[in-house]
Amino acid sequence: MSAESELLDKIRDISRPVRIMHICGTHERTISKYSMRDVLPEEIEVLSGPGCPVCVTPEQEIDRAIALAESGVILTSFGDMMRVPGSNGSLMEARSRGADVRMVYSIDDAIAIAEKEPESKVVFFAIGFETTAPTNAAAVLRKPPGNFSLLLSHKLTIPAMNELIDEIEVDAFIAPGHVCTIIGIHPFDQFAEKGFPVIAAGFEADELLLSILMVLEQQRSGNHTVENAYPRAVKNEGNRRAQEMMEKVFEVIDSDWRGIGTIKDSGMKLRPEFAMYDAAVIYEDLINEKVKDISYENSASSLCRCAEILKGKEKPSDCPLFTKKCNPANPVGSCMVSQEGMCYNWYRYRGVEDA
Amino acid sequence: MSSKKTITMEHGAGGQFMQELIGGMILKNITQRSAGTVGLDDLDDGSTISLPEELEDGAELVMTTDSHVVDPLFFPGGDIGKLAVCGTVNDLTVMGARPLALTCAIILPEGFELSVFEDIMKSMNLAAEEAGVAIITGDTKTIQGNKLDSMVINTTGVGIAPKVIRDNGLSAGDTIIVTGNLGDHGIALLSHREGFDFETKLVSDVSPVNDLLKGPLSLRTEDNQPVITAMKDPTRGGLASSINEMAQKSGVGIVLEESDIPVDMAVNTACEMLGLNPLEIANEGKAVIGVRPEYAEEVLELLRSHKYGANARIVGKAVSENTGKVLLRTSIGSLRQLGMPVGDPIPRVC
Repeated sequence: MSAESELLDKIRDISRPVRIMHICGTHERTISKYSMRDVLPEEIEVLSGPGCPVCVTPEQEIDRAIALAESGVILTSFGDMMRVPGSNGSLMEARSRGADVRMVYSIDDAIAIAEKEPESKVVFFAIGFETTAPTNAAAVLRKPPGNFSLLLSHKLTIPAMNELIDEIEVDAFIAPGHVCTIIGIHPFDQFAEKGFPVIAAGFEADELLLSILMVLEQQRSGNHTVENAYPRAVKNEGNRRAQEMMEKVFEVIDSDWRGIGTIKDSGMKLRPEFAMYDAAVIYEDLINEKVKDISYENSASSLCRCAEILKGKEKPSDCPLFTKKCNPANPVGSCMVSQEGMCYNWYRYRGVEDA
Repeated sequence: MSSKKTITMEHGAGGQFMQELIGGMILKNITQRSAGTVGLDDLDDGSTISLPEELEDGAELVMTTDSHVVDPLFFPGGDIGKLAVCGTVNDLTVMGARPLALTCAIILPEGFELSVFEDIMKSMNLAAEEAGVAIITGDTKTIQGNKLDSMVINTTGVGIAPKVIRDNGLSAGDTIIVTGNLGDHGIALLSHREGFDFETKLVSDVSPVNDLLKGPLSLRTEDNQPVITAMKDPTRGGLASSINEMAQKSGVGIVLEESDIPVDMAVNTACEMLGLNPLEIANEGKAVIGVRPEYAEEVLELLRSHKYGANARIVGKAVSENTGKVLLRTSIGSLRQLGMPVGDPIPRVC
């Protein structure tokens, strides 16, 4: 008997009605890849929270990146960011109109371009949660060349959870393993204190099933604490060095999240002493000039239900656009764009019944 | 050959330079140059193919064409020349045809290094020799260097099929076989191009599959029908694309056992790291085969006895339910749909 089926049996033994939210795109990918929802008891609902950095990047920030790309800089970006729609198309469409947009796998690739092409200005579109931010902080501390800068759109997990916690209709959380390797598990204590079991989980099928089982066990015994189900990667205190680097390079600011709006203290900017690497500072006038006439009142994504889906209040199938106007080939909201997005995963991997 | 070391516009002008290019780079390096009375050496306006004397009733000529661009031109396990031959030979083969002859049309940018060009011609020749197919006619054009940044090779192939195999011939009950590990080509190319250093060296599977499939294609049922009911080569879009097309066109459902699908460990690891699905990654030396179930073991054995088929596996079967859909049975017992890939595979952020 495999580890997975043993865990499934144990889950079935102590199953009870519960709504569990994970906050991680990679968790959603594993859950969907194994059609885990189909084999779990029906009373166990697994919901996908705002855990995909690509999904929560708002149109405004994509528009700013496109504005830069169209003004002649080399704009470098992670691949899955390139299909995400801004208010006037995506970075990929900007590239087809002639902008120099290049896909990179890390900030180091972007710096290598800047070193190789000293006559060009190279901007790295820095997105992601606490997982990608330390790498970018480290790169800034290594003093990249002067023709290189970052357009920052980092987001922080804990403030977003805090924003949602009072509205959200869930009973427990699976905390994102990658984020926990950086920040540790203690930042989640506050949610346990409010009554939510929180389990930091890894990304294999058995690790996720184990974390679901641990939620059920906490509920059965009336507990609500933070537990580490991913000790092979996560230290309870996190990665101190990464935390220090982030602290040194970035300062916390309010930030806009697609589908949610502005969340206090949920983003980051470069500290003033690193302003020479801050594309938002270097190209401020140029960006503002380009985006000043864009209205976000009636944008495409205002039609979609990203917000409710990210908050766990609705499922992709509740959205009137889902599979009709919004699908992977023609995404409206970014939950459909990224492979980590809940809509994309529902679309790609749904089981037999809904397929 | 003149002292020129790179392609100039004159090489495509039809004069002496072009003659030198054809003679010194192409004719010199291609060994099988004829499939009839008029061949490559004749540099006539066309070439001829002699038809085999004994033809089965209903035999048909099969023709296919493919233009090849690849970045980088040389990659672990192959290069654009090998790819251009194998791509077309394999398209003919999965139609049930024996390749008879290829054409080769080349577009070169100004400034392209002649020594590189010659290496590519030599590689084309090796692949054509292995596949046992002649390159009998061709064309070369040059384009200003600022309008094209690398070379393009088009090959057209002609083959003869005693019984044509289509991609729409699956019936419920047919066994699905893949001839080896999936995703090698696309991941080898990607990791080489992007400079990823995985611990194991990833090598493209680019190779001609005509010899591998010769045995299975010759198997006949008692009423003299091919035991292979449908076949495709899973190039761009990988298995996901091919198998969905086969299901849709055949009007059957397909259930695949995920754990039976052969994927090299290194390819799997690379895909996990990059957030890619190995089943959506291109192959250049594989086939997806539908076989009448009672002949599945025999076909599998034939495939496995060939050097390119050592990892061949039965991966699933066609069913009458869920028409047009492909379902994967996962290791935890659930079924998930394997959809048609959307566009190019794009790596995930973290």
